[in-house]
Amino acid sequence: MAAPFDHNDDSVIVVIGTGAGGGVLSNELAQRGVSVVALEAGGRYLPEDYVNDEWESFGQLAWLDPRTTSGDWRVARDFSGLPAWIVKAVGGTTTHWAGASLRFQDHEWKAATTYGPVQGANLLDWPIDAAEMAPWYDKAEKKLGVTRTNGIPGLPGCNNYKVFEAGAKALGYKEVHTGRMAINSQENDGRYACQQTGFCFQGCKWGAKWSAAYTDIPRGEATGNLEVRERAHVARILHDDSGKVTGVEYFDKDGNLQMQKARAVCVAGNSFESPRLLLNSASSMFPDGLANSSGQVGRNYMRHMTGSVYGVFDKPVKMWRGTTMAGIIQDESRHDPSRGFVGGYELETLALGLPFMAAFLDPGGWGREFTTALDSYENMAGMWIVGEDMPQETNRVTLNHDVKDQYGLPVANVHFDDHPNDIAMRNHAYARGAAVYDAVGATRTFPTPPYPSTHNLGTNRMSENPRDGVVNKWGQTHDIPNLFVSDGSQFTTGAAENPTLTIVALAIRQADHIAGELSRGNL
Amino acid sequence: MTQTIARKGMTRRELLARSMAAGASFVVGAGFVAGANGAWALETQALRPETMATLIQMARDIYPHDHVADEYYVIAVKGYDTPEAAPAIEAGIAGLNAAAQGRGHTDYLSIGWERDRVDILRSIEQSAFFQQIRGGLVTGLYNQKAVWPLFGYEGESYSKGGYIDRGFDDITWL
Repeated sequence: MAAPFDHNDDSVIVVIGTGAGGGVLSNELAQRGVSVVALEAGGRYLPEDYVNDEWESFGQLAWLDPRTTSGDWRVARDFSGLPAWIVKAVGGTTTHWAGASLRFQDHEWKAATTYGPVQGANLLDWPIDAAEMAPWYDKAEKKLGVTRTNGIPGLPGCNNYKVFEAGAKALGYKEVHTGRMAINSQENDGRYACQQTGFCFQGCKWGAKWSAAYTDIPRGEATGNLEVRERAHVARILHDDSGKVTGVEYFDKDGNLQMQKARAVCVAGNSFESPRLLLNSASSMFPDGLANSSGQVGRNYMRHMTGSVYGVFDKPVKMWRGTTMAGIIQDESRHDPSRGFVGGYELETLALGLPFMAAFLDPGGWGREFTTALDSYENMAGMWIVGEDMPQETNRVTLNHDVKDQYGLPVANVHFDDHPNDIAMRNHAYARGAAVYDAVGATRTFPTPPYPSTHNLGTNRMSENPRDGVVNKWGQTHDIPNLFVSDGSQFTTGAAENPTLTIVALAIRQADHIAGELSRGNL
Repeated sequence: MTQTIARKGMTRRELLARSMAAGASFVVGAGFVAGANGAWALETQALRPETMATLIQMARDIYPHDHVADEYYVIAVKGYDTPEAAPAIEAGIAGLNAAAQGRGHTDYLSIGWERDRVDILRSIEQSAFFQQIRGGLVTGLYNQKAVWPLFGYEGESYSKGGYIDRGFDDITWL
C-alpha cells in the first residue's frame, strides 16, 4: 500500500521527528520498501523560504514552544526559557546545523574504559565500537557529501578561517584545515556548490549544505512508502496490555487529536522532546513513563562543553563573509589527562551577524566594555569550542507539571550543572582560543559563555545492560521491543565531535536493522 | 534619517523656540521631544516628553556607541510610548530620577558625566525596569537594518550571489 496511509493501518512504522535521525531513518526505511508515517511537529520550509536575517529566521525556524530550565549553567540565567536553539520544521535541525561532519575518535566509543572513574560522572562505554560503525560512517559521509572524504575537496578558507589558521600555525597546531563539511565544495548530488554567503545557521538558500529537508525527505516521499505529516505534534505513545506499542496520539495542524496505529514507533524528537514524550506516555502499566524500568529516561543529558572566543584586531576581518563554520583545529581533541581533564575538544570557526553578536557576546552585558567590543565588530574573528562533557545522572529532562504547552501537555524542564571536568576543559579551551588570536595580534579577546544548546545528547542512552540505559545497540528500547529511539538522545557519551554525522550513521544502521527484523518476521 | 516624526508644519526654528533644554542633548516642549541639534523630533502620546528624553539618554548610557546618532536610540525605545507600557516606564524613570536626586543631582538628565549616570544605572541593574529596557534594546537597537552599516555589517548577501566573488577571502594583513 502506498502513501498516504490510513490512520488505522497498523502495518506502518511511525517515526516521530524528521531531522538528522528521524528524517534519515524515514527515507532509509522507505528505500527498503517499508511503509512509514513520519510525524513532524513543524512546518515545511525549503531554500526559497529561508530568510537571511538572524532574528527573522529564528522566528521562522526555531523551536519556541515553552520549556523551563534549572541548574548552575549560565544558559538557565541568560536564556531561562530557551535551553536550546534547535529547529521545528521538516528536516529538523539539519536546516540549522553548520555542517561539521566528524567521526568519533576510536577511544570515544569507550569513554568509561578509556577515562577510568570520574567522580560525579555517569560514564559508560557504548555497546558498539569504531569498527562496527566504520561502514555506517562510510555511508553517512557519502549521503552527506562530506568534504575531505571520497575525493571531495575541502572548502576554500574565508577571512575568519585565515585569521584562525594563521594563529593556529603560529602556535604549532598541526591538524588545521577547512573541515570535513557537509557543504558542497563543488556541485554534488544535484545541489549547488557553496557560494560563501554566510547564514549557514538560517538554512542554506543554495542548498549547498546537506539538509534532510531537501534530500532524504523528498527522496523518501518519491518512493511512495513515506508519508510526512507536517504540524503533527505527538502527545503520547499508546500500548496494549502486552506492553507493546500500538500507535500514537497526535495533535494535527488544526489542533485536533488524531490517532495513528503502528507496527513499531521510532522516537526522534531531539534530546528534550524524546524523553518528554516517553515520560508523558506514562500509563497504569508504565507509571514512570515508557521504556523507563532503568529510571534513566531523561537522565545523562549532555550538551557538549561549549563556549566561544572572539578576538578583535586592529584591521578588518569581516568574519560574516562566507561559511559560518569555516575551519577546525583538531589537536586538542585528544584524550590527554595531563591537561587537567579527561576527553578533548575541537576549535571551530564561528561567525555571528551583528544582531546575534549583540545578543550572545556577553548576555546581559552593557556599558562601554560591551559596546566597544561591538564597535570593533568589523575587526572581529570568532571561534566556537566543542568538547566532550561528562554525563551526569542529575543532568536531566523532567516533566514540569506547572507549565503546559499549547496542547496542555507538561513541558520539559532541562536541568544542567557543569561538571568540574567540563569547567576545567572550558577554561583550557578559552586560554588556547585566546592564544590563537593573540598569536596574530589580537588587541582584545572575549571568552564568551555557552549559547543555548544545539547539540543535545543523552537522555535515552544506549547501554549493553538494561539496568544502565534506555536502548540497546540498535536503538531499540530495552523494555519494549517495537519501540525505538532514533536521535541523539541515544548517545551513551558525547565525544568531542559535532554529533550529526554520528546520528545519521546510527539512523542508517537502525533502518537496516529494522528492515531486517521486519523481513525476518521479528517485528 | 533626519527626522523621526516631525511636528506638522513647524520649522526647526519654531520647534526650538517652543521648547526648553532637557539635559545637554535634548529639548522638550508640549507633547514632543527633539534633538538639541534639531535633527529629529518625536511627538509623544502616552509618555511625558521629559520621560521620553530621559529614556533615550538611558538607552544611550546602556549601549553607548559614539558613532551612532540619537535617532537610532529614539527608534529603539519609542515603542514604549503606548498607554499600556507608559505607567511602568513613568514609574521606572521616576525611580531613576529619585536615585539621581539621592546623589545630589537635579535629575538623571542633568548629570553631565556618563560615569555618574552609569553609577546610577548600576544601582538599579537588577530591577525589572532596567532589564526590560536593556533587553528590549538588544533587538530594538542592534536589529535595525539602518544601524548595521554603522558597524560595517553587510547583512544578507544571497541577493548578490554571496561573497564567492566578492571578497570572502580578501584579507591582506595577515
